[in-house]
Amino acid sequence: MITTEDIQKLAELSRINIAPEEQESLRLQIDSILGYIDQIKKASLVSGEVSKSTLAADDIRNVMREDSEPHMSSEFTEKILSAAPAREGNYLKVKKIL
Amino acid sequence: MIDVSKLTIESAHEHLMKGDFTAVELTQAYLDIIAKKDSEIKAYREVFADALDQAKVADEIIKSGKATLLTGIPFAMKDNILIEGRIAGASSKILENYKASYDATVTAKLKKAGAVFLGRTNMDEFAMGSSTENSAYGATKNPIDPSRVPGGSSGGSAAAVAMNGALAALGTDTGGSIRQPASFCGTVGLKPTYGALSRHGLIAMGSSLDQPGPITKTVRDSEIIFEALKGKDRYDSTSMDSPFKNVPSKEKLIIGVPDFKRDGLDKDVLENFDVILKKLEGEGHILQKISLPNIDYSLAVYYILMPAEVSSNLARFDGVKYGAHASGKDLLDDYVLTRGQFFGKEVRRRIILGTYVLSTGYYDAYYGKARATQDLLKHDFSEAFKKVDVIATPTSPMPAFKAGEKTSDPLSMYLADIFTVTANLVGVPAISVPCGTADREGAKLPLGFQIMAPHFREDLLFQLGKVVEAVR
Repeated sequence: MITTEDIQKLAELSRINIAPEEQESLRLQIDSILGYIDQIKKASLVSGEVSKSTLAADDIRNVMREDSEPHMSSEFTEKILSAAPAREGNYLKVKKIL
Repeated sequence: MIDVSKLTIESAHEHLMKGDFTAVELTQAYLDIIAKKDSEIKAYREVFADALDQAKVADEIIKSGKATLLTGIPFAMKDNILIEGRIAGASSKILENYKASYDATVTAKLKKAGAVFLGRTNMDEFAMGSSTENSAYGATKNPIDPSRVPGGSSGGSAAAVAMNGALAALGTDTGGSIRQPASFCGTVGLKPTYGALSRHGLIAMGSSLDQPGPITKTVRDSEIIFEALKGKDRYDSTSMDSPFKNVPSKEKLIIGVPDFKRDGLDKDVLENFDVILKKLEGEGHILQKISLPNIDYSLAVYYILMPAEVSSNLARFDGVKYGAHASGKDLLDDYVLTRGQFFGKEVRRRIILGTYVLSTGYYDAYYGKARATQDLLKHDFSEAFKKVDVIATPTSPMPAFKAGEKTSDPLSMYLADIFTVTANLVGVPAISVPCGTADREGAKLPLGFQIMAPHFREDLLFQLGKVVEAVR
């Protein structure tokens, strides 16, 4: 059973403000969802016995590329920074950290 | 007057080539329908003011003799697919007025083909939902019966095509978000093989599960769009070309029918499913019962893996780089307030759930166990595909439900995905094809027939999908 303190802790970890009046209903909903997904605990995994999938896209492979073709310096700067809620010159502007 | 209700991509293309009408006239015909119907249906978040200008460019391409099948075809685009310079909001307040800084690969391919973008369509916020009621901008209605939902999360795209407000649409599918709304609205929805289409430029939800795909009126239209959009993309390292050069064609297919739990499913859905199977058998295809021993765990696996990926994917929305911003007493407070204020309820719920299943002490019991069970499911499918060519199920356990029916109980909403999530977990392609109707209060509600095939065998989906269209 998940508690309201758990919800508060999870909200903190997720960096989401959850209003106090919402915590109880969220707790109940998360609890009912966990009640459903708990059935996963019954899935029987016998280690070593599962042979690999032979489906085509299941081959695990590393995808590498040459570290080449750099773009022009500042080519995308304006496009990207123009989306920021607050900026100062070519910097994102945030509140003081230290 | 162009009767758009009869048009397919190929017939529209022929008319455009013969000069029966221009791309501008065709686009105008769709804009007229949108103007008439969309104030009630609310399929679109925005209709692009320059749609006719895009159509003029398409007419130039046609005149120059360089037209493809998609030149001048009017498309609706889901609100989570980037089009450079236009707003892409994922129907979330946190991205209100966010303008895409680049084109998604699927967007770029459609642009190159000369397609016309009519507008962007409503969706469940960040594609989280099965009814399009989780949009931060109000729900979309089902054009067949406006008291009911269009399905979701690509409900706006499915409704746009169903009301003849676009000839085709793109959606995204993480656990059924193309197929289920397609089924609810009487349209064809395709979720391609994971990696068949590039995910570059989609607003990510569950990166190991997401695929974009078409919502169309016919299986042939779906095939045309799939062929135009597929292929390896340097900007998505999980994308790949089909490893099959020449697939052996086979006239009669072996259709695997899994022994899914029948209790709790809608009676009309089951009856119709059995009737279609019989008809396919009548066409010479072979039905074979198959067992997928771990299939009953699919939904539980999905509702662990997907929220886990959601919790990390949505960490990028912090009110600093783009999107909405709420100001607090310090930087941390800015984050917490921005995310608390501008993420909707379902999004917050899934982030919290994902954070829980990934946290110390629970990781092995949930995420670890779900990943291992996903491997069992993949194994079940690869075994089944040694015996059968395709696997068939209903698309949804019920026809379109009433607006508001499931909004207060998230778990009951999740259960609507029971048949669709497996294809995403296993990475196989799946299509939903309209296959009949269920009578409810005088409305004929569409039902969908789902076909799944091995990786990169979309050809089998199109082959059998066309038979379903012919016999239904």
